[in-house]
Amino acid sequence: MEAYLDNSATTPLCKESVEKINFTLTSCWGNPSSLHSNGIAASELLEESRGIIAGKLSCEPNEIIFTSGGTESNNIAVLGAANALKRRGSRIITTSVEHPSVEEPIKYLESQGFDVIRLRVNENGLIDERQLYAATNPSVVLISVMYVNNEVGTIQPVEFAKRAAVHAGANALIHCDAVQAFGKVQLKPYNMGVDLMSISSHKIHGPKGAGALFIKKGTRLAPHSLGGLQENKFRPGTEPLHDIAGFAAAAKALPDYHQSLEKATALRDYFVQNVSAMENVKINSPANALPYITNISVLGIPSEVMLNYLAEMGIYVSSGSACSKGHKSRVLTAMNLNDERINSALRISISRFTTKEEIDYLLYGIANAQKTMRKLK
Amino acid sequence: MKEIILLKNGELALKGLNRHTFENQLVKNMKQRLHDLGKIRYVQSQSTIMVEPIDERVDLDEAFRRLKKIFGIAGLSRCAAVEKNMDAILPAACEYLHDELLFAKTFKVEAKRSDKKFPFNSPQICMELGGYILSKYHHLKVDVHNPDLIVNVEVRDSYAYIHGNQHKGAGGMPVGSAGQAAILISGGIDSPVAAWMMAKRGLRLYAIHFASPPYTSQRAEMKVHSLLRQVSKYSGDIPLCVVPFTHIQEEIKDNCPEDLFTIIMRRFMMRCAERIAKDQGCGALITGESVGQVASQTMQAIACTEAVVEELPLFRPLIGMDKDEVIEISRKIDTFETSILPYEDCCTVFTPKHPRTRPQLHVVEEAENVLDVEALVEEALSNLKFINISGE
Repeated sequence: MEAYLDNSATTPLCKESVEKINFTLTSCWGNPSSLHSNGIAASELLEESRGIIAGKLSCEPNEIIFTSGGTESNNIAVLGAANALKRRGSRIITTSVEHPSVEEPIKYLESQGFDVIRLRVNENGLIDERQLYAATNPSVVLISVMYVNNEVGTIQPVEFAKRAAVHAGANALIHCDAVQAFGKVQLKPYNMGVDLMSISSHKIHGPKGAGALFIKKGTRLAPHSLGGLQENKFRPGTEPLHDIAGFAAAAKALPDYHQSLEKATALRDYFVQNVSAMENVKINSPANALPYITNISVLGIPSEVMLNYLAEMGIYVSSGSACSKGHKSRVLTAMNLNDERINSALRISISRFTTKEEIDYLLYGIANAQKTMRKLK
Repeated sequence: MKEIILLKNGELALKGLNRHTFENQLVKNMKQRLHDLGKIRYVQSQSTIMVEPIDERVDLDEAFRRLKKIFGIAGLSRCAAVEKNMDAILPAACEYLHDELLFAKTFKVEAKRSDKKFPFNSPQICMELGGYILSKYHHLKVDVHNPDLIVNVEVRDSYAYIHGNQHKGAGGMPVGSAGQAAILISGGIDSPVAAWMMAKRGLRLYAIHFASPPYTSQRAEMKVHSLLRQVSKYSGDIPLCVVPFTHIQEEIKDNCPEDLFTIIMRRFMMRCAERIAKDQGCGALITGESVGQVASQTMQAIACTEAVVEELPLFRPLIGMDKDEVIEISRKIDTFETSILPYEDCCTVFTPKHPRTRPQLHVVEEAENVLDVEALVEEALSNLKFINISGE
């Protein structure tokens, strides 16, 4: 048996997506910018895809640009906003638990003279909106807060960013990294007071290599790649249409949020209930986290050892974020957990296709690992 | 909390005895535009219409977004429907309008009470709620003349409705209430704006596009499709008729003086358009002309073009507008970015280097006499292509 429980790293493709990719590669492979009918068919597919993604975010199609994924979306948003607004002010506010694709560009901007405030989080990984209000002054140009944390599943109160900015009289842009949230909860950037929102394809059973950035109408951004007119000049270069169409097909295939969320919550509760009954297991995710991500620590067994042991059994989970293997988790550190817990942390991330049998197999795996490792001692 | 959308229909309220025909048209248009969102009830009373979701899954944000683009609605607001007693109204108003109250510096309360049995009268509601809000939000001041936020309470038959500042609607008259007219659309900046402006006055749109393959590409036609799709978000579905124009243009090019090319071409367009329009039951033609914009839009050129239109009135809503005023609207309705895509259209191929700016009608007619006008028009009209363009 196998249990793939690392869906926050990436997801298997859904069949709708595979079919669309196949179709695009074989029958609709034109360049969307070409003037001939071959290109027109491609550009129609491109615009249809844009319409589908816009529908999922309740925005207009021309507010969506396609990118190569979450990382690129975050880079275009953060660097573009800061560069467009640098004459207006110099402060950037973010959190201490952002994904590296937000943290690193911001670190670069810091080296260029921006004054960066990183909001601390509590033991649940949650920012404090009072701290956000206190840090916001009229010189703030960008506030970037992720929606769902990629390591522990904490849901941040993103809507406070705009409130704080308006309250302080700051003309700041609000960016939200919603990569882990897209497809799992209803996202409406307009209602959340968000000007820029990053999403990705391969977390929702679409192909790798595609993502999107919502840019609210009228938002001024400075592009940082040059050389073409595609995607409103923000992402020049011929569009990888098969990836984009596959992304849209996966988005279109997303079922009703409420039902999948109920199912995921039931699975998470089942897992948490059973795993907390085991000895030496701590739950690191807050109780109100998005149920698709659960972070636990099996004390005494280092993450990597546990990972390998489970992988031998055909159970795939990760230690923290898949993008930063070998590093001590910034998120868990920011949550002020002790080293023993951080070093033995595991991230279990499920999808709408995850079954109870897979969870049972994981529980069995963890129990077995504990038994074996005790023998080793 | 139960939420609804409250619409004020503005200009319609000024209509006399036939007001209900306008209102019914408006409700019909709304139903058409929101039908895929789930079950919704529409209640008309006085000069307001209430849009009430019956189904819990109705996406009210999306409904609001679409309603903002429907002509005939002057203003709209999202309201919380609250039980009709003061103990429920006071906290509900603060909860529902929390963000607005937070951002505003000054406010006032406006109350309406159509249910006269409600124990508080309007000034009393204002005082009670105003005092309650002041006790919760210490930064707020009351300003009855020019407040940042107006907190509205309307006590009606079954609920009290609470809402903040009203959003501006698309204005105008319900599409369809004034009949149907045909817009001549090329793909530039002006014609979609002209179409939008006439739809705003209640006209249902019918579009006519002239294509000259192989001189114009399929892209040029696609561009027209996407422009119309954008306009149709306001106007509802637009049937499109594509007229093959290559042969006519070639004949003019070969047989008439170069400097009169554009004028003669436009006369042909008008002839074709009028016949199609009449055939389709349209009562007028619409163009995006503006005096003096290009050689074919001088007063004299317009006179020569208009001379071939026999019966239908010609509407030129942009006639006195500057280019930047037109561009401002095209940006607002999201057609600008598409309009400036660089494809050849039927107006740009064969353009003469030095077109005549003050053509005289008799000279034009004489030059045109060498052509078999009737046969050419007939030929074009026998090869029409029809497509329906729908928005959402």
